[in-house]
Formats: sequence, C-alpha cells, structure tokens
Amino acid sequence: MAPGRRRHERLRWSKLYTFSCLRPTVVTDDELPHPLQGPGYSRLVHCNQPGLHQKKPLNYCTNHISTTKYNIITFLPKAIFEQFRRVANVYFLLTASLSLTPVTPFSAVSMIAPLAFVVGLSMAKEAMEDWNRFVQDMKVNSRKVSVHNGEGRFGYKHWQEIRVGDVVRVEKDQFFPADLLLLSSSYEDGICYVETMNLDGETNLKVKRSLEVTLPLDGDASFRHFASTIRCEDPNPNLYTFVGNFECEKKVYALDPGQILLRDSKLRNTTYVYGVAIFTGHDSKVMQNATESPSKRSRIEKKMDNIIYVLFTFLILISLISSIGYGVLTKFGMPHWWYLQPSATSYVYDASKPVLSGFYHLLTALILYGYLIPISLYVSIEVVKVLQATFINQDIHMRDEDTGNPAQARTSNLNEELGQVDTILSDKTGTLTCNQMDFLRCSIAGVPYGVGSSEVEIAAVKQIASEVSGTIEQHSSTQDFWEDSGDGFGSPECELEVGIARMVGKPHRPTTKGFSFEDDRLIHGNWAKEPNAGTILVFLRVLALCHTAIAEPNEKTGGFTYEAESPDEAAFLVAAREFGFEFCKRTQSSVFIRERYSPSEDPVEREFKVLNILEFNSKRKRMSVILRDEAGQIILLCKGADRFDLAPKEASFFFFFFFFPPHEPNSIILDRLSKNGRTYEIETIKHLNEYGEAGLRTLALAYRVLDESEYSAWNTEFLKAKTTIGHHREAELERVSDTIERDLILVGATAVEDKLQKGVPQCIDKLAQAGLKIWVLTGDKMETAINIGFACSLLRQGMKQICLSVDSSNILSLNKEKAAKENTLMQITDAHEMVKLEKDPNAAFALIIDGKTLTYALEDDLKNQFLSLAVNCASVICCRVSPKQKALVTRLVKEGTGKTTLAIGDGANDVGMIQEADIGVGISGVEGMQAVMASDFSISQFRFLERLLVVHGHWCYKRIAQMICYFFYKNIAFGLTIFYFEAYTGFSGQSVYDDWYMLLFNVVLTSLPVISLGVFEQDVSSEVCLQFPALYQQGPRNLFFDWYRIFGWMGNGLYSSIAIYFLSIQIFYNQAFRADGQTADMAAVGTSMFTCIVWTVNLQIVLTMSHFTWIQHLFVWGSIATWYLFLIAYGMFSPVISGNAYRILSEALGPAPIYWAATLLATLSCNSPYLVYIAFQRALNPLDHHVIQEIKHYRKDVEDQHMWKRERSKARQRTKIGFTARVDAKIRQLKRKLQKKVSSLSIQTQS
Amino acid sequence: MNSSGGSAAGPSSGSGDGSAPPRRNSKRPKYSKFTQQELPACKPILTPKWVISVFTLVGVIFVPIGIAALMASNNVVEIVDRYDTECIPASMTGDKVAYIQNDTINKICTRNLTVPKDMDQPIYVYYQLDNFYQNHRRYVKSRSDAQLRDADQANKTSGCDPEKTTKDGSPIVPCGLIAWSLFNDTYNFTLGNKNLSVNKNGISWASDRDHKFGKDVYPKNFQNGVLRGGASLDPNKPLNEQEDLIVWMRTAALPTFRKLYGKIHQDLKANDIIMVTLENNYNTYSFNGKKKLVLSTSSWLGGKNDFLGIAYLTIGGLCFFLATAFTVVYLVKPRYWVGY
Repeated sequence: MAPGRRRHERLRWSKLYTFSCLRPTVVTDDELPHPLQGPGYSRLVHCNQPGLHQKKPLNYCTNHISTTKYNIITFLPKAIFEQFRRVANVYFLLTASLSLTPVTPFSAVSMIAPLAFVVGLSMAKEAMEDWNRFVQDMKVNSRKVSVHNGEGRFGYKHWQEIRVGDVVRVEKDQFFPADLLLLSSSYEDGICYVETMNLDGETNLKVKRSLEVTLPLDGDASFRHFASTIRCEDPNPNLYTFVGNFECEKKVYALDPGQILLRDSKLRNTTYVYGVAIFTGHDSKVMQNATESPSKRSRIEKKMDNIIYVLFTFLILISLISSIGYGVLTKFGMPHWWYLQPSATSYVYDASKPVLSGFYHLLTALILYGYLIPISLYVSIEVVKVLQATFINQDIHMRDEDTGNPAQARTSNLNEELGQVDTILSDKTGTLTCNQMDFLRCSIAGVPYGVGSSEVEIAAVKQIASEVSGTIEQHSSTQDFWEDSGDGFGSPECELEVGIARMVGKPHRPTTKGFSFEDDRLIHGNWAKEPNAGTILVFLRVLALCHTAIAEPNEKTGGFTYEAESPDEAAFLVAAREFGFEFCKRTQSSVFIRERYSPSEDPVEREFKVLNILEFNSKRKRMSVILRDEAGQIILLCKGADRFDLAPKEASFFFFFFFFPPHEPNSIILDRLSKNGRTYEIETIKHLNEYGEAGLRTLALAYRVLDESEYSAWNTEFLKAKTTIGHHREAELERVSDTIERDLILVGATAVEDKLQKGVPQCIDKLAQAGLKIWVLTGDKMETAINIGFACSLLRQGMKQICLSVDSSNILSLNKEKAAKENTLMQITDAHEMVKLEKDPNAAFALIIDGKTLTYALEDDLKNQFLSLAVNCASVICCRVSPKQKALVTRLVKEGTGKTTLAIGDGANDVGMIQEADIGVGISGVEGMQAVMASDFSISQFRFLERLLVVHGHWCYKRIAQMICYFFYKNIAFGLTIFYFEAYTGFSGQSVYDDWYMLLFNVVLTSLPVISLGVFEQDVSSEVCLQFPALYQQGPRNLFFDWYRIFGWMGNGLYSSIAIYFLSIQIFYNQAFRADGQTADMAAVGTSMFTCIVWTVNLQIVLTMSHFTWIQHLFVWGSIATWYLFLIAYGMFSPVISGNAYRILSEALGPAPIYWAATLLATLSCNSPYLVYIAFQRALNPLDHHVIQEIKHYRKDVEDQHMWKRERSKARQRTKIGFTARVDAKIRQLKRKLQKKVSSLSIQTQS
Repeated sequence: MNSSGGSAAGPSSGSGDGSAPPRRNSKRPKYSKFTQQELPACKPILTPKWVISVFTLVGVIFVPIGIAALMASNNVVEIVDRYDTECIPASMTGDKVAYIQNDTINKICTRNLTVPKDMDQPIYVYYQLDNFYQNHRRYVKSRSDAQLRDADQANKTSGCDPEKTTKDGSPIVPCGLIAWSLFNDTYNFTLGNKNLSVNKNGISWASDRDHKFGKDVYPKNFQNGVLRGGASLDPNKPLNEQEDLIVWMRTAALPTFRKLYGKIHQDLKANDIIMVTLENNYNTYSFNGKKKLVLSTSSWLGGKNDFLGIAYLTIGGLCFFLATAFTVVYLVKPRYWVGY
C-alpha cells in the first residue's frame, strides 16, 4: 500500500473539524433527499454499469471533447461562408463572376486572381488555427486513466473512452477525467484534497468527502459487485452546486457538491480516489462553463465595414449616374455615331433598348469603379497585423527574464484594439499577486519586528521622493523612477531618497519561500534575549500550532513541506520553522513541533494534544485550537482578523461605508480580550494600522489558558452542539465557540504580504495615468481582495468604500430571493445617491461587491443601475465571483459602456472573462495554460501589460487607423479619376488606364509604403510613450479614426482625384504635347495621369509618416521608381501585350517636358492642402504628440529639464487610483492641515 | 486565437506542458534594432522653419516655370479653321448628312487662311474633330494588334466586332471599327501660286511604324463591306507605311482631339494667305461634330496651351501667399511651451 495511506491511517479528520467538510451524512427529517423530479433533474446514472449508458434513453455523451470549428467535410463550405461574410468579399466575388460576361471592362483574370489570393490566404490561416485546436483536443482525449473493466480489475483507458457510470481510479496529482462522484479515497474516512486552480483559480486545497455508505469500496476488488444508481440534476454550468441522490441497497442518500470531483481539478495530497463518472465530456461542469469563443473583431475593423458600406453607397450612386448617363447617350447619341455601327450592336450597346443597355452598363460600372473599394485592404491589413504581432512577440522588454517567456500575440486581429482600451478587468490571484504569502513583519508584545519593506512601501517612498526631487532638484536624474534599478538616486540631500536607496539597493539574499522577514532580534534564536521572551514564545507557538495543515517530509531537503488550506497558514508555518518552531507531525489527536531555542541546541520535540479545532470561516474570521500541552495545561490559541468585520452581526443586512483607519469596535480579536490581556493593545493597534497601510494582510494572535473545569463544562456543551442535527447546527456551534473564545490575552500581530507580482503597483499606476479604469474580479474573499486593493493602490486611505453585500441566510422573509434583490437595489440606489451628492472633486469612491450580491446586481433590471454606480467609482472590486459571473460582469461593462474592455487573468476560471472581453490577455505563468489558450495575447507578467498597451497598443492603433484612412484615400483618389474619364467617353465604361496599371496600383505601386506605415510608423518613441501615458488616451478617444478624420481623408482623396484629372486633361488638351508636333493619345494621357497619381499618393504617405527608417525610404521612393521601371519594362514587351503603351515612356512621354511639368504640378497641388492643414493644426491646435515631438526635436528635454518635467507631470491623466493619486491625496491632506493650523493661528492672534 | 471555450477550459494544461519551457526558450527573441523597432530614423516634423521654407521654395520654383511655359505657349502661332459648316453647298445645308453620304457630289472645297504672325518651320497640319467619341469602349476595343503586326495572324480578329470579316468569312485587314472609320478628308495648300508640300512622313511614332504595324501586312478586304466607313487604304502599301492609319489608330483620350495630318517644311510670313483645297469627305454631320483644320508651330512644350503656365503661376503665387500667411501665424502665435 502507498506510504501516504499508512501515514494517515489513524486520522479521522471528521472528528477534529468543526464546521466545514463534515456534516452528518445520515438523512434526517429536515434534510430529505431532494425530490428530484421534473425538468432539470432527469439524469440517471447506473454506477459501474457503463454499458447501460450506451443505448437510449440514457445515451449520454462520451468523454470525447472537440473544440474545433470545422472538420474535413465542413471546412470548405463553412470557411468559405466565413470569408464571404465580409461584404467586400461578396462584392468582389460578384464582380469576378461578372468579369466572365461581356459587360466587363477588364479582363477576367485581373478580377479573379486577386480575389482567389485574398480568400485563399485567409482560409489557409483559418485551417492552420483549427488544426492546432484539433491537436490540442487529441492530446487531452488520449490521456490515460485507470478504469474498472469488470471483475474487479482496473485497466488504463483513454479519457475519451470513459462513459457515464464508469468507475475510475485517479492517482495523486492526476486530473479528474470527468465529473466524478467520490466513492472512497486512500484516507480511511473518504476525504481527499482537490486543487481547483483550473476551475476557479484558487490554489488552496479543498476537502471533498465521500458518503459514509461508499466508504467500504476500498480497493480494486471491491468494485466487482458494486452497483447503485444516482439520480441528479442535468448538466449545468454551475460549479458550486450539485443536487442529487445516491441510491444504494434501497436506501436514498442526498448528495451535495462536497462529493463531486470536477473535471480538470487535480487530486492532491491523497494517494488515490475511486469515483464514478456522472457527467462526461461536454456535459461536465467545466465544459458547460466554457462559453462559445466568439470570434473577435476590433472596433476599427467594424468601423471599417461601415466605411465600406459608405463607399458602396457611393459606388452604387456613381454607377447609377453613369448608367443613366449611358442610357441617355445610347438612346439619343448612339444612333448618330455611325463610326460605332449602331445597327450592328449587341445587347450591351443596343440603342433601341436603352434601359436594358443601361442596366448592363450598371454592372459594368460596378466593376469599373471597384477601385473605390480596396480589395487589397484586407490582405494588407492582415499582413500588417501579422508583422505587428511579430514585433510584439519579439519585444525584449516584455520577456520574462526568469522564464524566458516572451509576450505573445496569439491572434493578430486585435493589435489596434490594444490602443483603445478603456477598462481593464483583472483577475487577482496569479495575475496581480503571485499567490505566495510572505511573512514580513510582526508585532509581539507591542514591539514591532521586521525591517523589510513591503513593495507598496518601497514604491510609495520612491514616488514621493521623486515628487520631492522633482520640485526641489531641477537637475536630478530624469530617469524614470520606475525603471530606476535603485543604485543611483541622485540627490543625497534628500533623506527620503537615502532611505529608499538603502531599501532598494540592499542585495536580496536568498530567502525561503514564504518568508522574507528580516530582523536579527528574532532569528537565529536571538528572540530569547529579548525582554519579552515569554510572550514571544507564546507568539511563536501560536504560529506553529494554530492551523489545520499537514506536514509532509520532504525527501530532498530533509525538512517538511506544508499542505495548508490557505497560503497564509503555510507562510506562518514556514515563519515558525525559521524561528525555530518546526511543525513536524500531526496525528489524529496531537500536533508535534520541534522547538529549538538557540542554533546550537538540539531541537526538543513537544507534543500538544489537540482537543478541539474551531475552524476559520468567513463569518467568524478567526480560528482557534484548544490544546493540552505536555504539562497538562489547557490552552486556547486564537488567531483572527483584526481589522474590520464585514460579516453581518445581528442585523440581517448590513451596509455601511467605512473609512480607514478602521475603528476598533469592528475588530474580531480585540473585542474578545480580557481586561488584563490588553497590555499591548494600543501599540498593537498602532502597528496593525501601519501594516494595513503598507498593504499587508494582518492577523492578531491571542491565547487563553483554560482551567480544567471550565473546559470540560464547555466541551460538553460543544459536543452537544456538534451532534445537533439540522440547520441549527452551525449557528449553535458558532454560538458555543463564541463562548470560549473570550477573555483572550493579546500576544501580537502578524503581517503577511500577499506577494504582488513584480511591478504590479507601478504598472497599475501607469495604467491609471493613461486613463484606464481597472476592475478587479476575484474568486477570493472580500478581505483578501481589499488587502490587495490597498497593496496595488486601487484603494487608499481617504477613499470612500462602498461595500455591497447581502446575506440572504439571515433573511427571515419568506421570499428570500426577492428580499435580497430588493435589498441589493436599495444599497445600489443609496450608494448612487451618495456618489452624486459628493461635492469634493477629489473624492474617490471604491465599490466592493461580493459574488452573491453580484448575482442580483447582474440581473436584467438591476444591472444598469449597478453599472452606472460602478463607472462613477474610481475602482471596483468584485469578490467571490464565479467564472461565469466574471464573464457576465465583463459583458455588462462591454455592452453597458460601449467601450473597449480588456480582461486579464491566468487561470481556467478566467477563460470566460477573457473570451467575453474585447481583448483577452492570458498570463503565461505557473498555472495551467487554459487562460493562455483562450486569450488573444499572452504575457508572462502583469507588468508587461503597460508596455503592451501604452507602447504597442498606442502604436498599433495609430498605425492601423492611419493605414486604413490612407487606403481609402488612395483608392478614392484613383477610382474617381476613372469615373470622370468615363463621363468623357459617353459613359461607355472605357478606362483611360491600361489594365496592367490598374492591377499594379494596389498590388505593387502603393502597397509597400502603406504596409511600412502600418508596421513601422512611430509618432513618438517607446520611451516617450511610457513617459507620457496620457498619450494613450488618443486611442480610447478615437482621435485618429473618427468620422471627421475618415471623411477628411476621403475629401482629400476626392480633391486629389479632381485635381489630377482636370489638370491632366487641361494640360494635354488637344494641342501637340511635344516639340515635334504629336498630339497625346489616350495612352499618353492615361499614363501621365497615372504618374501623377502614383506620385501624389506616395508623397501623401510621406507627409503622413513621421518616422523614416531606411525601410520607409526604400519603400516609398522605391514604389515611385518601380512605376517608371515598370513603364520602361512594359514598353519593351511586344506591342501585342503592351498595346498603345508600347515604348510610351522612352519614346513618347519621357522626352516631353510637359509630362514632367504636369507631374510636378499635379503632385504638389494635390498634396499642398494637406500640408497646409497639418501645418495649421500644429501651429494653432496641436495634439499631444505634436508637442512632444517638438520638444524632442528641439532637444528641450536635454536643455530644459524643468520644462521637460513639467510637461511630463502634465501628461498624466487625472486619476484617482494608483500611487500618484495616493501621493496627491497625501499632499492635499497636508495642505488642509496646514491651512487649519494657519487659520487657527490667525484666530488666536485675533483674539 | 479562437480556441473555443472547450479547449480552453478543457484540461489542456496539465502534464502535457512539461516540454514547454525548453521550447519557449528556443523562441527567445534576439535583440536587434530591427525587432525592437529601434532602427535609426529621421523624424522630420513641420517646424515653422520648414513650413515657410517649403512654401517659399515651391513658389520660387513654380513661378519661373509658369512664366517660361506661358512664354512658350505665346510663341506658338496657330491657325484654326472650321470648315465643315462652310464647305457645304448652300442648297444642302438643310440636309448635311445626305450631302456627305452622297458619293456623287463633288466634295472639293477651297478655304483661304491668313497667317497672323510669322510661322517658322516646321508647321504642323492637324485636323481636329469635335464630339467624336474615339474613346468609346466599343470603339477602343475594336482592333487587333496581333493582326496589324504579323501577316500570319490575319485571322486574329476576335476583338474586332462588328468589323471582323467579310460576308464570306475571310478576315478584314485591318479589322475593327477604328480602322474602318479612318478619317478621309484631304488637304492641299498653296501659298500664292506655289504649292506648299505637305510631308506626311514621320507623323506617326517611330515605334508604331517599326514594331506595331507590320512591314509585310497589306490591307485585305478593307472597306469592302456593306457599310462604307472612312478612307480606303492602298492594298499595295504595307501597313507600316500607311501613316494616316497609324496616327488614327492612336485613339484620342477626349471627344475633342487633333491628329497630325502632315508637316510643312517652309516658313510662313505674317499676312501670307494660304489657300487650302480640301475634300470634305468625312461624315461629322450625323453626330453634329465639327471639323477643323489647324496649322501650328510648336515650342519646346508643344502646341499652344496657356493652361500649364497659368496653373504654375497660380500655385506658385499661392505658395508665396501661404509662406507669408504662416510667417504671420507663427509670429502671432508662437508655440506656447508651457502646456496644452
């Protein structure tokens, strides 16, 4: 048997735990099994008889999962359908098919080839992506698990072969292949530990427990004759509920979520479990939770569709004009145009049927003016985005040094959307925090220990220092203080900075995970020399004893690893070990610790008998153990929340705004102190507040010595309460526990840092300065979330917190749901009122809401009120939200505000939100890859989000916006000349240009410059982007792609087309265009006109770009050169191919000065209005980046530090969250104090 | 990208990703100025200095060009004579079409042109047609370059509708509407009593004669159909010598166009009177077209057209104005550095 089994043999946890996992499993009167009738409760599972589930009516789906969009048969039709959902593609398909008929003005190949290319490319991309999904699915489906195959033997099977009813055996650290009902485990009492990180992102282990009745099913052989049935709910996405009955030997047992092992969670700390599959494959809860991943398109692309509609309308309009013109001319002119032989015409030119001819001409015109709709736009955009994505992937500044993970743009569709984000919805655990607790400080007997600084403090001091140095010192380092690695903080005059330099510059010594405590007074056994050694001893014992963790010997290091329910507890144990109190063993009745009072001594192993464990839960917010030490003394050790109490007390609802620092009456532990236990209270409270301000998670520790009689009296009562049956049990237990947890003696307090990921507060600060709103959605408890809020500066002192919380369990009303909902509404309206009444412009509100309340708030009739409240708050934190709720909140923000949302998370529980948001960002950290797989971008640390948005997002947005505008411009400028010319040809549909010119225009002559604009353009460098986060707002405000700008560009195109056309035809009117008397024919006019267009559009892009590397120069000037080269080359082809363009440049146009003069004139007159416009804009109404460009250009940043700094501080978006806001608030506070002092002084002097 | 929820929520992580780190490490981005988007770049911005100098420069360049172009155009002497209305016997003015279509009537007509200024040789003779859609799609397409070039390709008449073949199916060379409607008025000039010879050689592009119209391609079945179009061609002259056809086949861009008829290699003095004897054969009456005879000298810019010069002067002037305007703007409102 496995060693774990032996080790835990004598452990019956059920005896120790008070509340959570172990309620009586016998069916009692008031806990009747759910009737399980009617719709929604139809599932019937025959355990151990999977065969029954292979035929109707119980033919549930297999465990095979498939997430691909296509299969081999459906790929072509479906993918083609996808492609032709783009209106432009439909149009091009239409024109391509028309090009096979006589109405076409161009050759068929020139119409079909580009379309085939465009569609083919996109479809190949789709196929690649789907193939990758298929491979991924196959990997999952072919994982193996041990399955009962009858006769009491187990064999390995692929996951996909598991059917409902199969009994499976899952080993330690394996994933559950389907939703299982836990039957038994390697532990005697059928409990097992489960890690649900992939489901809800929580890393602490959950305890699951089997029914008593299935406990004997222990060992492979016992399943030989096992048979029973389960009736339960139908597949649903709710992870936290389960309703069902287990029927065995004619008895019915109620099932609850405590027995269900969900697919994708992991068995931890338990050697094996047996379970029976209830929901398989797509029926499993996690798969039900998976929302269909929407194909995302960026805002700009959606708007681009609208532009294309506008252009279509325009296209149809001019086509109508030209076909009416044609009809009229055909009717009245054609019969007289003998040179066209009107008597011998086909239907296209039939003068006797002008309407019909006009109709055919409409088709011709639609093809002819197709150049208004840029077919190469989609391809170019796709190319540009792929290249942009490559740059994102390659960015060395977004690569995690430790893991080497680069940032990854998993889809290139959304690059420009990164520049328009308005709201960030962030997961907490694993995203903002590393999910690692570090024991940082403690206060024992009123003495603070621990000199290490929390990241919050370091960053805050740095910030303040830089503000100070910014105002005092003009010539100090201009380096960005965030990027400053801490070695050179310029001005030694400033004490603050010295402090930081010390803090930051100190070399980080290798520390134990979970322990970054630094204070020589306590470690290495030095604590014994402290004056309060006795109290310190108690303190350390509380750390080492008051928990529910299990110690496992670690073979490698020879020490112990601790499996705790929460990371805090693990941190305490690690801390206790470092201090010399090593928790080494837990048995059914005792906890063993090894105490070492000085490094030289050998440790003494002490055994403490565990009498009772009064567990932690969210209502009690404290936990106690009652122990008997070796001397026989009974002690109660207690640790608990010190700060504030969010749990309802007597009132069924609670709703209040609280201001920091918290007031003592809300404290859990401090309320329960005995009179003589309050020796250190004042100091401890002071320290607790300090720790809280530093963003640390604090707990107060206390103890109490019980005398035998008191304990035994209490214990009888407690046992009675424990055996109470029914729903009063918990309340009863709580009440009894409460009676013993009194008259405590305060020992001290701990401060644990929920380790934020590197650079998170700074990143949040920068993002806030960039004008982004940040919402935190976490599955964590409210306190934890609030702590993190403080640590990240999403919350700060002086911020008014609005907590929305409804506790329906205490509602006595008959209709609980309704009452709770009404209550939620009431809270929202009140809060809203308060926000509205606030006069102080600097006042900031924070909204904190818990999952249950959110359920009501997200209902259709409340959600808008909730949203309008939330958008008025500077920061929003949602706690205890389920994955589905995360997605719902995201949808609410996305749809309610109509602005771009970005969701960032790392766990499978964030998948819904990541998919729902406009942009999903996955953190490719330690946890699974689900979030990354579902995301559009993946980064390895939260802090890279800043660069991703502020640099790449900003660039990509501007690039794509300018690129699309330019695309429309150039196609209008070109396409309309065809229209004007047509009017001069009797609307006959003749083009002045050679077919080849037109084909080349989009593909060769203008494509590369616009791609270089889309890929390489930088309005300002990346450093400047980071220094001026407010520049980012150009994206969310959509300054570069609003209708004014789009129509401006179109107008520019219109003007250019008119100018080029009419200048050209006036210049080449009818006189000789050369000294030797030849007049210009159509080829000469067309070629000259086309030359003007090539020059104009390429010069226009030069004016648009502000960043020229050799690549841009090569592309732009190369494109123009290509045009001339092409003309020469084309002119050298046989005249059968080149027609009238034969030797056109070398013979006809090249030697003609008028040709060059026309090019110069047309080009400059087309481009000068834009030049005038941008010059005026820059002079009179400059945009932010104009000013910054000029500062950089004049090297003001080097010459005039003062101004540079001032500009930078101006370039911040006004923000209410982040450090900057914190510092601002502090400054305001100081000013106010000063004013008060002054005024009181003046009053004094007056009186 | 669109990994649908399934795979996302599916247990795709797990042990399968054990091989991930080394794979990722191999993807470690390499530092290069290109990949980091830090290539050296010039970042021109429109500073006042630039704006003013650009506009001034454009003005400085454009105004002289405009003056030169205007002068060139002014030096060109041009005689334009519309004769289609005059060359109709008074009796037939009521039915011009009948007149022109009646082959029996003599179409000879005489015009006298006065030379306004001295004209230096060469003097180019053009005919100008108005309202003639040589750029109509049906017309432009109706030709076969292959056939014109190569005697072996005489059957390639696919684009030549409706003037492809004779009734018995043999191909027309040159086929198509363009050739069929060849202009057929003729001009003869006399100055005093001396004949002014019109040189019809070299009026077309050399490349057309050498490469586009074959040396060994002779007209076949031309103008033999039911409908008679324009001029006939000498079946014994290869196409590359039929320069009138070559010029005509260069379709004009606009419905009003001139085509070179010939050159007169003789200087003319002011007030010389030239007598033109012309055959008014070509039917422009059907579609109310005009016919003009043009005699013109040429400058380095070609024929007489003031437009280019005026346009250059306008733009140049405008640029000077803009340069001034911007100077004022920058003086009145210099960049306010203290904020925005």
